[in-house]
Amino acid sequence: MQTGWSNETLREIFPAIWDGFVVVLQVTLVAGIIAVVLGLLVAIGERNGPVWLRRPLGAVFQFIRNTPLLVQVLIVWTATSLYINPDWSAFAVGSAVLGVHYASYTSESYRAGIDAIPKGQWEAATALNLPTGRVWGAVVLPQMFRRSAAAVGNWVIAMFKEVPTLFIIGVMEMIAEARAFQGQHYTGAVEGYTLAGLLFLAASYPVAVAMRRLENRLASE
Amino acid sequence: MDLQAVIESLPRYGEPLLVTIGVTVASAALALVLAFALGLMTGSRHLAVRTPARVFVEFFRGSSVVVQLFWFAFAMPVVLGIQFDYLIAAGIIALGLNYGAYSSEVVRGAIAAVPQGQLEASTALNLTPLQRMRLVVLPQAWPEMIPSLCAFAIMLLKASALVSVIGILDITWLAGLIGKQPGQDRLLHYGVVLVIYFVLAWLIWTGMRALERKAKRGIGIDAKSVKGRLAPTVATGGVH
Repeated sequence: MQTGWSNETLREIFPAIWDGFVVVLQVTLVAGIIAVVLGLLVAIGERNGPVWLRRPLGAVFQFIRNTPLLVQVLIVWTATSLYINPDWSAFAVGSAVLGVHYASYTSESYRAGIDAIPKGQWEAATALNLPTGRVWGAVVLPQMFRRSAAAVGNWVIAMFKEVPTLFIIGVMEMIAEARAFQGQHYTGAVEGYTLAGLLFLAASYPVAVAMRRLENRLASE
Repeated sequence: MDLQAVIESLPRYGEPLLVTIGVTVASAALALVLAFALGLMTGSRHLAVRTPARVFVEFFRGSSVVVQLFWFAFAMPVVLGIQFDYLIAAGIIALGLNYGAYSSEVVRGAIAAVPQGQLEASTALNLTPLQRMRLVVLPQAWPEMIPSLCAFAIMLLKASALVSVIGILDITWLAGLIGKQPGQDRLLHYGVVLVIYFVLAWLIWTGMRALERKAKRGIGIDAKSVKGRLAPTVATGGVH
C-alpha cells in the first residue's frame, strides 16, 4: 500500500500522464469543432428549420442536455461496439458523444445570441427583400457571434474538463493512464491524480481568464 | 424477451435510486453552504478575506470534477493516511466542493446586483452589517440566484452519475451490472437510466421554479411579471 507523496513516482508517471494530456487536447479539438458547428446548426434549425423538425429537434436536445454525459457515452459505446461496428475507436465515439452533448449547451448560447437581435432587424431584412442566406450571413450571424462568442468559449473550456469521463470506454486520457500505471506499479494514485488536476488547472485557467476579458470587451463595446 | 426482462428487473433500481438521490441532495447541501460562504467572502471588501476564497474557487473551477472525484477517493486517503469506510463520502465531498465553488459566483453576483441605494438606506437606518445582510440584501438577492442555482443543481445531478466509477452503487452502476447478465439488454437498461435522470432533472426544475415564485412573492414582486424569466436557464456562461 502506497503511503504519501514520492518524487520518484512522480518522475516515472509523468510521461504517461503527459500522453494522457495530449489525448485530452486531441479529444477537445475534435469534440470542440462538433460542439461549435452542430450547436449553431441546431440553434438555426430550432428557429428557422422546417416546422416538422423544430419540435423533435428541440425535444431531443433538451433530453441530451438534461441527462448525464457518462450514461450517454456508455449507451452509445454499447450500441456501436455490440451492434453497429466494433471497429469504431473509443476515441472517435467518445469525441462524437462529447461534442453532441456540448452542442446541446452551445445551441442555447447561440439561441440567446439570436434572440437578442432586435425584431426590427428581421423586419428590415424582410422589407429589403433579402434572401434567407443573406439575412443570416450578413445580418443575423455576425451580430449573434459577438454576443455568443464568450459563452460558447466557456462551454468549450467546460467540455475540456469533462474529457476524463471518456476513460470509462477506454480512451487513454489522464485518468486511464494513471489507472494503468497503478495497475503495473501498485503506486501512483497521489502523484497521478494530482498531476492530472494541476495540468487541467494550468491549461484552463489562462484560457478562462482570456474568455472573461473577451466577455467584458464585447459587453462594453 | 428483452423488454420483459428489463421490466421485471425494474424493482432492483429502488435502492440505487435512493443512492443517486442521496448523493445529489447531500452534495447539493454541501455546495449550497459553501456557495454562500465563498460568495460572501469573494464579495468582501477586505483583501485578506477575499484572496483565500478566490484562490479556492479558481482552484476547484480550474480543474476537472472527474479528476477531483478520483483525487478525493484514492489520493486523499493516501496523503492523510486515512481510509474511507464509505467511498460515498469522497464522492459527496468532491461534488460538493466543485459545485460549491461554481455556485459561489452566482451568490456573489446576485449580492453585488442589489441596488446601491438599498445599502445606503440600511446605513441611514443604522442597521448593523449583519442585519443589513440578513434583512435587506439576502432577501432581494436570493430570488435572483434561484434560476442559476437550479441550472447548477441539474448539472450536479448529472455529475452524480460519475460516482458509479469509484464504485458507488447508484443507478448508473446498476444498469451496467444488470446489463451484463444473460437475457438482459444493456442498451435498454442504460435507456431506462437516462429516462430516470431526465425525470429527476425535471423535478428539480419544477421545484426550483415554484421556489422562485414563492421567493419573489415574499419580497412583493408579482411572479407573473417575470414569467418570461422562468424559462429553464442553462447556466449561461456560468460554467468555465
